[in-house]
Amino acid sequence: MRILTGIIVVIVIIVAIIFFSGAIYTVPETKQAVITQFGKPVGNAITKAGLHFKKPFIQDVHFFDKRLMEWDGDSNQIPTKDKKYIWVDTTARWKIADSLKFLQTVNNEQGAHSRLDDIINSATRDIITSHLLVEAVRDSNRIVNDAIEDNKNEDTRDKVMADQALEPISTGREQLEKMILKKAGHLAPQYGIELVDVRIKRLNYVAGVREKVYDRMIAERNRAAEKYRSEGQGKKAEIDGRRGKELKSITSNAYRKAQGIKGKADSQVTKIYADAYGKDPAFYSFQKTHETYRKGIDKNSTLILTTNNDYYKYLKSSKTE
Amino acid sequence: MDQRKPEDVIRELKEHFSSIAKYLPYIAAILIVVIAVVGMIYSIGPDEVGVVQRFGKYHEITSPGLHVKIPFGVDKVTPVKVQRIFKEEFGTRTVTAGIKTIYSKQSYQDESLMLTGDLNILDVRWIVQFRVIDPAKMLFATRSPIINLRNVAEIVMRRLVGDYTVDEVLTTKREEIDAQAQLYMQELLNKYNTGLKIVTVKLLDVNPPNKVKPAFNKVNEAKQEKEQAINQAWEAYNKVIPKASGEAERTLREAEGYSLDKVNRAKGDADRFMAVLEEYRKAPDVTRKRIYIETMSEIIPMAKQKYIIAPEQTSILPLLNIGQNVKGENK
Repeated sequence: MRILTGIIVVIVIIVAIIFFSGAIYTVPETKQAVITQFGKPVGNAITKAGLHFKKPFIQDVHFFDKRLMEWDGDSNQIPTKDKKYIWVDTTARWKIADSLKFLQTVNNEQGAHSRLDDIINSATRDIITSHLLVEAVRDSNRIVNDAIEDNKNEDTRDKVMADQALEPISTGREQLEKMILKKAGHLAPQYGIELVDVRIKRLNYVAGVREKVYDRMIAERNRAAEKYRSEGQGKKAEIDGRRGKELKSITSNAYRKAQGIKGKADSQVTKIYADAYGKDPAFYSFQKTHETYRKGIDKNSTLILTTNNDYYKYLKSSKTE
Repeated sequence: MDQRKPEDVIRELKEHFSSIAKYLPYIAAILIVVIAVVGMIYSIGPDEVGVVQRFGKYHEITSPGLHVKIPFGVDKVTPVKVQRIFKEEFGTRTVTAGIKTIYSKQSYQDESLMLTGDLNILDVRWIVQFRVIDPAKMLFATRSPIINLRNVAEIVMRRLVGDYTVDEVLTTKREEIDAQAQLYMQELLNKYNTGLKIVTVKLLDVNPPNKVKPAFNKVNEAKQEKEQAINQAWEAYNKVIPKASGEAERTLREAEGYSLDKVNRAKGDADRFMAVLEEYRKAPDVTRKRIYIETMSEIIPMAKQKYIIAPEQTSILPLLNIGQNVKGENK
């Protein structure tokens, strides 16, 4: 029993010595390490995770992150090629590719960030100033193509849009990002850094320009509002005109048809009378005249008749012919 | 008992201690075992997996339940919630989620203001839902998956909005932008090895900047006005045209009525005449005379004054005071 206890105690002590002397160290998945001996780097960087050994007391381990890291730059006020002042906010992904060089040149992450500030900001400035604002804002000519397409379409013509926005672009935002990455990326390896990606995160007008843009937007909207109003009035006038025309057409057509019907009736009537009365016009005139006599004489009439007429001839003579 | 000397007390304590000291190694051994056993057992929740690192090196992934590991810092277990869907908000923050979710009143214009393809400014708010599909990658490949996700979301959303017009982002192309954003965000996340998967991207409020809002509202009003003007015109049209059609129909029917009336009357007159004519022809002279005499006998009694004169007397006219008589009647 005593022997067993003794063995356990010895093992524990040895393990403790190994641990505390620093002969063993672990490298986690997220880290890489560089060994220095009295400050002088020894061997290659250790990038494999797990248990590792070093000489105790005389060697030091320096850990560096192995993961992809973020760099987020300050917003920069940069003029574009067409002299528009904008805030450009870039963000980048980087990692420590050569931890030994990293240790020697920038020492730590803070140092790395300050170098990245320098190279990415200057690359961004170079690229933005040599391109138009639309090239930084847009990624493709989608809008321009759509506008061309829309112009063929009656409904969407005259869509409200800033004229310069319709300029076709040859490079878009993603290409600018690639250019910045290329420009800054080839400077990074000297710091043991690999620049994986640079992106434009935010892009905004500076305050003064922003106000002007707001004013322009308001003007554009007013233009659109007026367009809708006048479209409404135009459409109204069109419908009113149509109403007038249809009204005239309906009434005049009805009049024409009615007159036609009446005329046909009149002609029929004329024919009927002519056919009938034509059989004996003299009798017709005799009879009709008599009818009118009856109608024409009333209690206000004064009749002056001579005895020459047939009716009174018997007053003059009693002869019958 | 209270009269004991202090030396006695110390001696007694010493005796006690030596009897305990005998067991001290065993107590220590038991303690170590207990600590080891406690450190060996760990549990993983139902919505998690455990990522096990042995001496810092990635070892395995364990599923929900009770598991055993090597204690004393050899195995390190990090639970990762792989089932849970996380949400990140942009341009807005949820204060308390509930039946009536409260959003922060504060505005996050830095995040939400962006340029559209027609060089205007819009206030765009959106959310991204995501989950962890590769826990090992999520833990080891990037330093901060959340910062990466937020950056990627802003990069992609701004690039997309930069490719659409104000009107499209406000209205017609919202769903298209949602879908495209999800696609491109995932592409970038994969490139960065984040081990995250975008579940959905949704545009929330998209507004023009406050200063421009009234102008946008004016456009909407103008649209309404346009509709109103058109409706009014149609209203006037509908008021008049059907009525006119009805009236036209009436005119036609009246003409037809007139026609029927006229023709029937004519036919009647003709029939009557023909009937009379037929009889007349049988005895023309007598009939003529009869008609003449009948007429005379009818009209003569009707007249107020009758003068029967011989044709030789031609100067009678001045004697007649025709007008006076008539006037007298009128009184």
